Amino acid sequence: MSPAQSAEQPEAAQPPKRSSREVLDASDISRALTRIAHEILERNRGADPVVLLGIPSRGVPLAQRVSARIQAVEGQSVPTGSLDVTMYRDDIGLKPPRGLEHTDIPADGIDGKVVVLVDDVLFSGRTIRAALDALGDIGRPRAVQLAVLVDRGHRELPIRADYVGKNLPTSLVERVTVHLTEYDGQDAVLIADKGAKG
Amino acid sequence: MKHLLSAADLSRDEAQLILDTAEEMRSLADRPIKKLPALRGRTVVNLFFEDSTRTRISFEAAAKRLSADVINFSAKGSSLSKGESLKDTALTLQAMGADGVVCRHGSSGAPHLLAKSGWMTGSVVNAGDGTHEHPTQALLDAFTMRRHLGSLDGRRITIVGDVLHSRVARSNVLLLSTLGAEVTVVAPPTLVPVDMSRWPCATSYDFDAVLPKSDAVMMLRVQRERMNDAFFPSAREYTRRYGLDKNRMAQLPDEAIVLHPGPMNRGMEISAEVADSTRSVIVEQVTNGVAIRMAVLYLLLSGSNEEEQTA
Amino acid sequence: MTAYLITGASIVGGEVADLLIDNGEIVATGTGLDAPADAQTIDAQGLVALPGLVDLHTHLREPGREDAETVFTGTRAAAKGGFTAVFAMANTDPVADTAGVVEQVWRLGRDAGYADVYPIGAVTVGRKGTQLAELGAMADSAARVRVFSDDGDCVWDAALMRRALEYVKAFGGVIAQHAQEPRLTQGAQMNEGALSGVLGLTGWPSVAEEAIIARDILLNAHVGSKLHVCHLSTKGSVEIVRAAKRRGLEVTAEVTPHHLLLTEELATSYNPVYKVNPPLRTKEDVEAVREGLADGTIDIVATDHAPHPVEDKDCEWSAAAFGMTGLETALSVVQHAMIDTKLLTWADVADRMSYRPAAIGQAAEHGRPLEAGAPANVVLYDPRVERIVVPEDSVSLSRNTPFEGMTLPGKVVATFLRGTPTVLDGELTR
Repeated sequence: MSPAQSAEQPEAAQPPKRSSREVLDASDISRALTRIAHEILERNRGADPVVLLGIPSRGVPLAQRVSARIQAVEGQSVPTGSLDVTMYRDDIGLKPPRGLEHTDIPADGIDGKVVVLVDDVLFSGRTIRAALDALGDIGRPRAVQLAVLVDRGHRELPIRADYVGKNLPTSLVERVTVHLTEYDGQDAVLIADKGAKG
Repeated sequence: MKHLLSAADLSRDEAQLILDTAEEMRSLADRPIKKLPALRGRTVVNLFFEDSTRTRISFEAAAKRLSADVINFSAKGSSLSKGESLKDTALTLQAMGADGVVCRHGSSGAPHLLAKSGWMTGSVVNAGDGTHEHPTQALLDAFTMRRHLGSLDGRRITIVGDVLHSRVARSNVLLLSTLGAEVTVVAPPTLVPVDMSRWPCATSYDFDAVLPKSDAVMMLRVQRERMNDAFFPSAREYTRRYGLDKNRMAQLPDEAIVLHPGPMNRGMEISAEVADSTRSVIVEQVTNGVAIRMAVLYLLLSGSNEEEQTA
Repeated sequence: MTAYLITGASIVGGEVADLLIDNGEIVATGTGLDAPADAQTIDAQGLVALPGLVDLHTHLREPGREDAETVFTGTRAAAKGGFTAVFAMANTDPVADTAGVVEQVWRLGRDAGYADVYPIGAVTVGRKGTQLAELGAMADSAARVRVFSDDGDCVWDAALMRRALEYVKAFGGVIAQHAQEPRLTQGAQMNEGALSGVLGLTGWPSVAEEAIIARDILLNAHVGSKLHVCHLSTKGSVEIVRAAKRRGLEVTAEVTPHHLLLTEELATSYNPVYKVNPPLRTKEDVEAVREGLADGTIDIVATDHAPHPVEDKDCEWSAAAFGMTGLETALSVVQHAMIDTKLLTWADVADRMSYRPAAIGQAAEHGRPLEAGAPANVVLYDPRVERIVVPEDSVSLSRNTPFEGMTLPGKVVATFLRGTPTVLDGELTR
């Protein structure tokens, strides 16, 4: 019954390997999140309708950081929470059972709000599809938007991000790893050959 | 883990995982749509050889909230009388494609046999077998206690009543000790197994001595019929020595809670005042039962049984 | 009749000698024997020659449960296990409580011809424990019944047990008691102890056996008859019988192969193949019954061979039947538990599994030393080989052996019943 690691990106934190290279450092990430915060405010004409929901695990601290930046700019806090999509994944029956992550929907709910989903890496799009299904069971937002730190391409579903920290063209054999201080002690986005993982 | 047959099968990590998962499941109760897609396309059979409406509907609600197809198979009296054998029932369930079988049986070890006999390939959840175990009851009890007391590490938990015949007591003693609690069972000597050396708990015959040192008290159902087998002289004497009434409740520490797996014999092992008091978490146990059973079904049935490489 | 010259066998584990068998008798033993020209020679180098084994406690199930075993199949299993005589328990349907039933069983045995069948008569009518069966009529019948037992149930009424013991004095009978106090064992499923409490299976306390044994020994001392204790299983029982014998009280006792080897821990699997009455006990009890068998407190090994059809064991524990098969594994288990542990010699095994059970059951043709003039009831046993027990290899109709998958030593190579081989080269001759 041991929980399997989340199979899609991001992978569990790995110590940097020789053949991995850093594509974003801490200040790149910080700038990207600041820009995303501004874009969210611009697009939605302020913070009023916005609810930020991070997708565990690394989407959650990213949502909190974006939330803090919005608060700094607007002087108004944005309802921020988390949305676990484990049970909505389309591969749930194909992999060993995994433990659930915490879902935390802000008290006022999401009905009529603009929900901005926040995740670290956008890859196949399947996680976001699962998130859209999960949202549907919780309420009816006025709109759903998507913010990601990295878009690495290779979509398998008609899904795109509204806010992208960095477009990162990758090959399928490469592996993108996001490190965040909350989990990994440092901020960095790394790219490595799959083989390099050993 | 493929089956849940005994609380003894659970490591501390596994037990915590179930409790943590149940915590997430429980928040579902606050949502407008109380349904999750995790077990879509899976078939769960509630195979009940004994009547237990409470346990069956709890499992049924849990499976349905996870979107499983639920089949209720009431096979009361089947095997022990002249009906179909357990084996033929299992073969039938296998042919029907049951992914999970929730089994309640009057014979200790029957779920164990279902799981290990090779008659069927689905996961088996023990929903109470004879006088052996009832692991999901223990999990929901631990879950309820954890919500009130925090970590159970070092907590003193007292289980009172017909320990000899109680599957609830067996599973609770095993699980609570796995979770680090100090468990004491209290009963008249006739209602405790003759040799308790393999139980990870203390035994006492003196309820009043244990009460002030209890963070939680679990009262077990005592059947009046036991009187006829000379396990105790009379219901009145039982109540006097081992029943939980208002006076005894006053001996408990301030934050201590009272549990009962139900159905209660009000006036026998527990007085109505205690059952309805603010210390009583008995109704909450029922709510938590659904969450725990969702967690168990989810963790046993949601994935593929073959270990696959993560992509 | 073919004569057989068995060469180079170790006679009851001792001196190496030849045995000449002719006309149903052992004609001569020694070396350089003068065998008839047409005698068939059997090379028995390395084998142990034992007197044909006698099982005082076998369930042949016929009449009534021919789906579990018949006299024919049960005696084939007996022959395969080295037995030349079996005592057939009375808990058939109809119960062997009349001359008619015991004569039927006796005749079926004679017709089958694999082993002599000595029917045991029920003590009480229908084994119901209320009224004495016609013990005298059974004793006087063609079956010449001398052993009486309600086995499967205890003769728990002390007055009735006293009368039974007294009554059989008239024809030298023996009462074989299934010692189980019924009130203490209501709904009992396994040995009562720490494990039964954990498994939630109703306990069968040792005291329920010991209390009856003690009572019966005292009753028998009072009336001066013959008491035999079936399948003694606990340390306490050994101590009671040992103390009684020390005081010079008349009692004999048996232990089963499974109680010499297996413990209650097997119940942890909830596999009903390990469900038996009396139940498997603790390691301490196993050690005690081995010791008791070694020092003679326990007189004999008896199999309590209890065949059951598949469906009676392929079910939940509490619904399953009590009992295990044992005829074909008995000698191997005894070698493993008693010989390989140096608790018994082969001469002792001949005593515990042939001489003494024949004496208790008064089977004069059996249990005789391998000497010239004795009926040629002989087993040749190879103690050097090992085998993994496979239920499907059994010639019994049933498959409920608790030894499945275990590696046990030894193999019966040949069995002779009054000079006729029932088993040769390890296989039934027909």
